Order: sequence, then C-alpha cells, then structure tokens
Amino acid sequence: MAKLRIPSEANTAAWFFLAPSLALIGVFFFLPVVASLLLSVTDFDIYGIANPGNTRFVGLENYSRLLRTPDFWLALRNTFYFAFVGGPLTIAVSLGAALLLSSKLVRFKGFFRTIYFTPFVTTLVAVAIVWKYLYHTRYGLFNYGLGAIGIGPIDWLGDPHWAMPSIILMAVWKSFGYNMLIFIAGLQAIPEDLYDAAEIDGASAVRRFFSITLPMLAPTLVFVSVITMIGYFQLFAEPYVMTQGGPLRSTTSVVLLMYEEGFRWWRMGNAAAIAFVLFIVILLATLVQFRLQKERT
Amino acid sequence: MTAAHAHDPLPSIARRERIQRIVLYALLVIGALLALTPMLWMFSASLMPAGEASTFPPHFLPSRPTLEHYSDLFTRLSLGRYLFNSALIAIVVTGASLAVNSLGGYAFAKLRFRGRDRLFRALSAGLVLPVQVSMLPLFLLLKNMGLINTYWGVIIPGLASIFGIFLVRQYALSIPDEMLDAARVDGASELRIFWSIVVPGILPILATLAIWTFLATWNDFMWPLIVLSDESHYTLPVALANLSGEHVQDTELMMAGSMITVVPVLLVFLFLQRYYIQGVMAGSVKG
Repeated sequence: MAKLRIPSEANTAAWFFLAPSLALIGVFFFLPVVASLLLSVTDFDIYGIANPGNTRFVGLENYSRLLRTPDFWLALRNTFYFAFVGGPLTIAVSLGAALLLSSKLVRFKGFFRTIYFTPFVTTLVAVAIVWKYLYHTRYGLFNYGLGAIGIGPIDWLGDPHWAMPSIILMAVWKSFGYNMLIFIAGLQAIPEDLYDAAEIDGASAVRRFFSITLPMLAPTLVFVSVITMIGYFQLFAEPYVMTQGGPLRSTTSVVLLMYEEGFRWWRMGNAAAIAFVLFIVILLATLVQFRLQKERT
Repeated sequence: MTAAHAHDPLPSIARRERIQRIVLYALLVIGALLALTPMLWMFSASLMPAGEASTFPPHFLPSRPTLEHYSDLFTRLSLGRYLFNSALIAIVVTGASLAVNSLGGYAFAKLRFRGRDRLFRALSAGLVLPVQVSMLPLFLLLKNMGLINTYWGVIIPGLASIFGIFLVRQYALSIPDEMLDAARVDGASELRIFWSIVVPGILPILATLAIWTFLATWNDFMWPLIVLSDESHYTLPVALANLSGEHVQDTELMMAGSMITVVPVLLVFLFLQRYYIQGVMAGSVKG
C-alpha cells in the first residue's frame, strides 16, 4: 500500500516544488534568450520601444552589418586579447599559488589562502576604481614603483597599447584566488605515493611536476580554463569604470559594445545580434577546450 | 658511494629543506603583499585629508587621519541610501533564492517524476548561456511589467539560479532514500518531509548558497546599471561608478566610497569563509 502511494504523491509534490524555480528561470532567462534571437533579426530600436508596431523583420541584416563594422571587429579583437592573454596568465598565477600553498614544507596555509582569495570576493567596481588611482600616471603606486627602479612613467590607462594589459593585470589580481582554490582541491586528489615512487626513482622536482602533477591535474585544468574563459569573454565592468572603452576604443569589449548599442543608443536589434555572436564565441571556445582534453586522453 | 657520503644525506636534506622553506615563505609573503596592497592603500587613502593621495612621492599613511570623507559621503552624497538599497536587494534575493533553489534542487535529487533527468540536463545546458544574451528582451519584458527602475526589477531575475539548483541537487543526492520513505510511511506530507528532514540535512550547502548569492548580488553591476535609472534606487556599485565620473579628482572621497562598498562583503567572507570556500569546491565538481 505505502509503496504504491509514494510515486504518485511524490510526483505531484515534485512539480509543486519545481514550479517556482522553473517558472522564474523559464520566464526570466530562457524566454528572453529565445526572444533575443528573434530580436536580432529585427530593426527594433527606440521607435520600437515607443511602439512595437514600428519594428520590421530584417533577416540577417544586423549580422551582416556587424561584420562590416570596424568597431565590432575591434571589440571582438579586444575581447580575445583579454581572454587569451588574461586567461592563461590568470591560470598560471593560480596554479603557482596553489603549488606554493600545497607544499608540505609550508605552514599557515589557511592564513595565506584567505589573503589570496580576498581579492576575488571584493566588489569589482570598487576595486576597479582603486586600481584606476594605482595606475595614475603621476601619483599612482605603479609608476612610483617603476621610478624607484629607474623606469620612466607609463601612461597605463591613457596609452592604447597599455590600457588592455593594465586591465588584464587587474583581472589577474582580482580572480586568481578562485582558480587557486580549485587547483588546491585538484592537487590534494593526486595520490601521494606517485610522488614517493618518482622521488625514489630520482626524478627532479621539475620532472615530477611535468610528468605527475600536470597530467593528473588535466581535468581540473580544463574545468578552470573553461570557466575562466567564459567569464573573461564577458568583460564589461573593468573597461566601463576604468577607461570607458578607450583610449581609441582599445578596451571596448563585446559586452561593452552590446551595452552601448542596446542601452545607450537603444538599437536593440543590433545589440541582440552582438549578444548572439558573444554566445557563439563562448560556445565554440568551450567546445574546443573539451575537444582538446578528449584528444589528449 | 663512499662511506663518508653515507652519513651525509640527512643533514644535507635538512639544510636543503630549510633553504626551500625560506624561499617558499618569501614567495608567499611577497604574494600576500601584492594581493593586499590595493586594499590597504584604499583604506589608508580613505583616511587622508583631501589632496594627500595625489602627491608625489606618494604617501603610504595619512599624515593626519580623518573621517571627513566618510561623513561627506553620508551627509552630502546620500551613500546611506545606496547602502540601504544594496543591503535590501541582496538580503531579499538571498532569502527568497534559498527557498526557490532548495525546493527545486531537492526535487531534482530525490523526487521521482517523468522526464526528471532529461529536464535537469536541459536546465544544466543553460549554464553555458551568457547572461548578457537574455538582458535585452528581459529589459523589455520588465518594462512592460512596469518593473524598470524598481527594486523588483533587480530582485526578480536573481531569485532562481541554475547554479543554485545544481548546487543543492548535488548535495541532496546524499540524503538516504530510506529516511524519506520511512517518513512517508508514517504519513508525513512531502512539504513536512522537506522542512523537517531535507532542510536540516542540507544546511551546510544552504549556508554556502546564501553567502554565494549575497556576495554575487551585492557585487553585481551590469544588470542594476541597466534597470535602475533613478539615483534613489542605485545600488552601491552603480552609485560608485556614477560618482567616480563626477569626482575624478577626489581620490580620498572615492577610496572612502570603495571602502564602504567592499567592507561588508569582506566581513561576510571572513566570518563565513568556510562555507564560501566549500561552494567553490562544490562548483568545481560539475566539471
């Protein structure tokens, strides 16, 4: 009797339990994503906001115009620059920190781990403002430090060649702590006797790193690369706060361009097309990284 | 190998380890200084009299510590209002999302219904969709609902999260089925079972989710920037970005504003970091 009662009642309860989250995610996330695809094939703009009847179907015109817009290519280039230079750099720093904190010779690990993780939890907008002053050409600590070792001042955020590296440096500082934690967990999962055996065989520390640590860490490495890349492709607040996308648009990212098109100029059809290109880029990058991992194993 | 060498290894290993240890600690301390310097400077500069943070060579400590910028922010620039907005939004989102996501996550983990696993896979696939793709139509939708420039416009899209459901599900999977079935045999309702067996069992992951949601909501910038056009509704990050445009020269003032924005999240993190870090680790399991 009781056994029969379970499935049917649990079934009703399940939908009752799921209703709030599914409804909210459906209406306020999946529905807009689909609508975004539709929006991207219309000329929806400020007149459309006033009266949706002013909107026309334009096919792939928004996409083809994007491909002819130099600013879009520039934004794409900047975003790739940020993701493909900043991403690996962040991962390298994270791994370095994780290795330091996993050493058997070190104590106070919790203390250092907390300090290294702290930048990650801080508010991006607030620390971006702080870094803007650290980068100040005349009064900033960076140029003061460089001056102390005899290097002339750099116009960090004002020089088109330096603006993106400056943003990358800040992003590395801000986010390495998160990956570091995941690497620490990955390192802990590597069996200790592998290292012991290698040591008995006389393998050097460098050798052990490349033939034990790195291969054993490969799944973690893929996971970390994927989430770091996904996050970095969405670059927005740093250039918005620190450079407004300048100088000479050298830090305008895809999301910043989408924001300007959609919410400053209200060319929403166009902005939706930009958003979809972003999605495709992220999807491709994710697939490529999983494929690379599969080929390796 | 000579006989003399046979005695050697132990002391030489000890010496090598000591050198290694010194190098490791040196690197760790340098790293810690690099990680903390921006925040220490923010704190120090926020206490400097106006103009002192823009001097050459830079001052590292305030010559005459003052709280004038903090009082300025609260009296003249209505930072108290933004602090209230940020706290209100973050607390409401955190509380409500706990309920919504724990119900959903538990149902996916433990309740049996048709199409459960397929539905969960479809939902998980949504994790690769960047949130920016939803923003334009979401704005239009909320505009039609009259929710633009209201707290609800920020709160509602944050209530349910795929990641939150995912996190709760992973954790709830470990609840033994026998325990739930026994309660059912005793005639407990599903809601009762959820409340008195499931919730106590998943308390640690709820703590993780709460801190995670609170910090993410507090720190969020792009969506509040889009939805909140009226200054009286600004959250701290939006207000701060706005202020930094108007007060470029007022370094000390901006540092005080950044302090007020960052200190609450730092406190939450420092006191509850055990749960937060658990969330990072749990999140990595999905890879």
